[in-house]
Amino acid sequence: MGNFSYLSGIEPESSNLIKALQLVQAKEGYVSDDAIVEVAAYFKLAPVEVEGVLSFYAQFKRVKPGRFQIAVCDGTACHIKGSNSVFKWVSNELGISDGETDADGLFSLFTVACLGCCSLAPVMSVNGTVYGNLDRKKVAKIIKEYRAK
Amino acid sequence: MSEIKMIRVGAASCGVAAGALPVLAMLKEKAGDIPVLEVGCLGHCYAEPLIEVVKKDGGSVMYGKVRADETSINNILTLAEAGRFEIPAGRKSKELVKVLRLAGRIVPTCWDDYIANGGYSALKKALAMTPQAVIDEVKKSGLRGRGGGGFPTGNKWGFLAAKTAPEKILICNADEGDPGAFMDRSLMESVPHQMLEGMLIAAYATGATKAFIYCRAEYPMAIKHLRIAIGQIYEHNYNDLNGRKIEIEIKEGAGAFVCGEETAMIHSLEGERGVPRFRPPFPTDSGWKGYPSMINNVETFGNVPLILSEGGDEYAKIGTAGGRGTKLFALAGDLRNPGLVEVPMGITLGEIVFDIGGADPDGVKAVQCGGPSGGCIPVELFNTPVDYDSLRSLGAIMGSGGMIVISKKRCMVETARYFLDFTHRESCGKCTFCRVGTTRMFETLERIVAGRGEESDLDLLESLGNKIRMGSLCGLGQTAPNPVLATLRYFRHEYLAHVRDHQCGALQCGALVDVKVDHDKCIKCKLCVKTCPVGAISADDIVVDNNKCTRCNSCIEVCPKKAISRVKKGEGVRK
Ligand SMILES: Cc1cc2nc3c(=O)[nH]c(=O)nc-3n(C[C@H](O)[C@H](O)[C@H](O)COP(=O)(O)O)c2cc1C
Ligand code: SF4
Ligand code: SF4
Ligand code: FES
Repeated sequence: MGNFSYLSGIEPESSNLIKALQLVQAKEGYVSDDAIVEVAAYFKLAPVEVEGVLSFYAQFKRVKPGRFQIAVCDGTACHIKGSNSVFKWVSNELGISDGETDADGLFSLFTVACLGCCSLAPVMSVNGTVYGNLDRKKVAKIIKEYRAK
Repeated sequence: MSEIKMIRVGAASCGVAAGALPVLAMLKEKAGDIPVLEVGCLGHCYAEPLIEVVKKDGGSVMYGKVRADETSINNILTLAEAGRFEIPAGRKSKELVKVLRLAGRIVPTCWDDYIANGGYSALKKALAMTPQAVIDEVKKSGLRGRGGGGFPTGNKWGFLAAKTAPEKILICNADEGDPGAFMDRSLMESVPHQMLEGMLIAAYATGATKAFIYCRAEYPMAIKHLRIAIGQIYEHNYNDLNGRKIEIEIKEGAGAFVCGEETAMIHSLEGERGVPRFRPPFPTDSGWKGYPSMINNVETFGNVPLILSEGGDEYAKIGTAGGRGTKLFALAGDLRNPGLVEVPMGITLGEIVFDIGGADPDGVKAVQCGGPSGGCIPVELFNTPVDYDSLRSLGAIMGSGGMIVISKKRCMVETARYFLDFTHRESCGKCTFCRVGTTRMFETLERIVAGRGEESDLDLLESLGNKIRMGSLCGLGQTAPNPVLATLRYFRHEYLAHVRDHQCGALQCGALVDVKVDHDKCIKCKLCVKTCPVGAISADDIVVDNNKCTRCNSCIEVCPKKAISRVKKGEGVRK
């Protein structure tokens, strides 16, 4: 069992449930089965109730993601500007598809709907850092840089 | 002595994504004792990283697309001509900057900056009035909700003010769910106090006792700036509304578009699944934990200080009967100058897209307004004035302000498919028509772009669309068919080309195109052969095997001679 003592910073009041799950994900990178049991106990809920809320929201990950999380934007602006191709380039480069993590646990890949930098479309982000005006070369360069880290 | 007073670096998310941070670091290192400030977004995202040099004589010069190299930085510090950025003339003459007055001009997290520029004077003014007088002023202004629905703001405030309850809740909708819109992000990042000032005025006028900001988690910088700004408000005791203190709490969204809908948002704020519910009761009757609750959008709140400062009547002088004041639009897509613009209501679409956005008049096909809930408007109708009512009459909506310019190179059927892909996944699943109906529409569109559609599919789409509109509880389902119905209305010929001839005129639909090497241009460098991830290009004669090809465009991008392109299906076959 992990140590979820940091939950104590949040008042165990039902309207804070999502906040608590967000905190868990920020700390652990995902919400494990253990975490669900802990959060449920903390809020005096049944684990299924927690899972029921969690499963509604796309933000929550139930499996451990890679060290670098690549989010290819597929919002409208990016879609119009060829996010399909960006996705294929990243996917080819890493050998994984949407929602997957590579064998070394280095990269995870998924799509998101709009990072708010539409004027630089197409964009993607790696661990929250946004890269804009992507073309194939830039994508390859960015991945190479992270591989070396 | 340098004639430079200070240097402002646009460091909102868009600036950072374009590379503002290394530029900032280098400027700080080289500028000596000239202050280098991190400011928000001036709206000229196409020119990011963008830097404004304010001179001691009061004038200023801007530098665009600045790189973190010696030459660019020296240009700036010596006020050289090279690299200067001028606001395009069309934009200068058509834009009317009011709400965004301070964006890019002040340090977003600096209290003194906001105060020195008249910040919180509107709140002071409001606190000297009766709550009812404040509401009357907002009513007079004619302000309508900027979150998409366009409901008269003053009326909504009146509903909440009329309630007596132990708690009354104020909610700021900062979920900005339209994928392709960034007005709210920009305003929150660049001038967080402005919307907070609007919220405090609203709390005073309506008697709200607690306030939430529901902000999408994809906006970390906005959340950070709001947190700092709220701390400053507490520190200066500006949340004291004539003896009544109000707390403002930020809640982060968790990635569900439907949570932008009022009742879903309230459920989410209660820690539940964000599923909408039937209205009435309206939130102002029974909202968060059963308390009367009122939701306004970020930009709506952002307008409020202006209304109080200049008076409702003065504010209402701008705009049309179908919408008063100015509106922010997030311009993106196929145009030269994407960015954030503020224009008076009543301006035409053409003025926004061509004069301000610098789009190519011969290249544009349509503009998508209102994101997945909206519709496209063809270029032939670009003389339409932009306000709530006129856009609705065209089958689009004003929405929150996302405007995506679509060029002739894009396929409208594929665009419609994109939106239904989005909405069918975002449907909360409560209503059968929304859940199953949007999925069927999506599948039908998938079939059509894959070249397996039939003419009867068009009728199917129309009839499904109308049924989903009727049979859905919330705005998501009610508006989800709009992108399809609008494209069927204005671009039916593109659908027909897909279903009758199995052709995509824009060469966008992968299943309806081939990839072909033009051997007159090819220099046999074989870069494409090396690049193709599936080995679809033969090394000996550089010919694409279109059965293997995944249409990833890699070879097209990599070819130094631009010898590879998409062609109509059948034209790329090895003869
Ligand atoms: C599916 C759906 C998504 C919505 N998303 C947003 C949003 O992201 N931001 C927003 O301000 N309003 C959104 N709205 C509109 C809100 O429900 C609501 O009308 C608005 O926040 C009210 O504020 P206003 O009167 O200031 O516009 C959405 C509505 C629906 C049905
Ligand atoms: S219309 Fe769709 S999103 Fe709205 S409540 Fe019904 S199923 Fe949910
Ligand atoms: S488009 Fe992609 S898959 Fe097709 S030939 Fe070119 S590189 Fe290969
Ligand atoms: S659509 Fe990609 S950042 Fe907005």
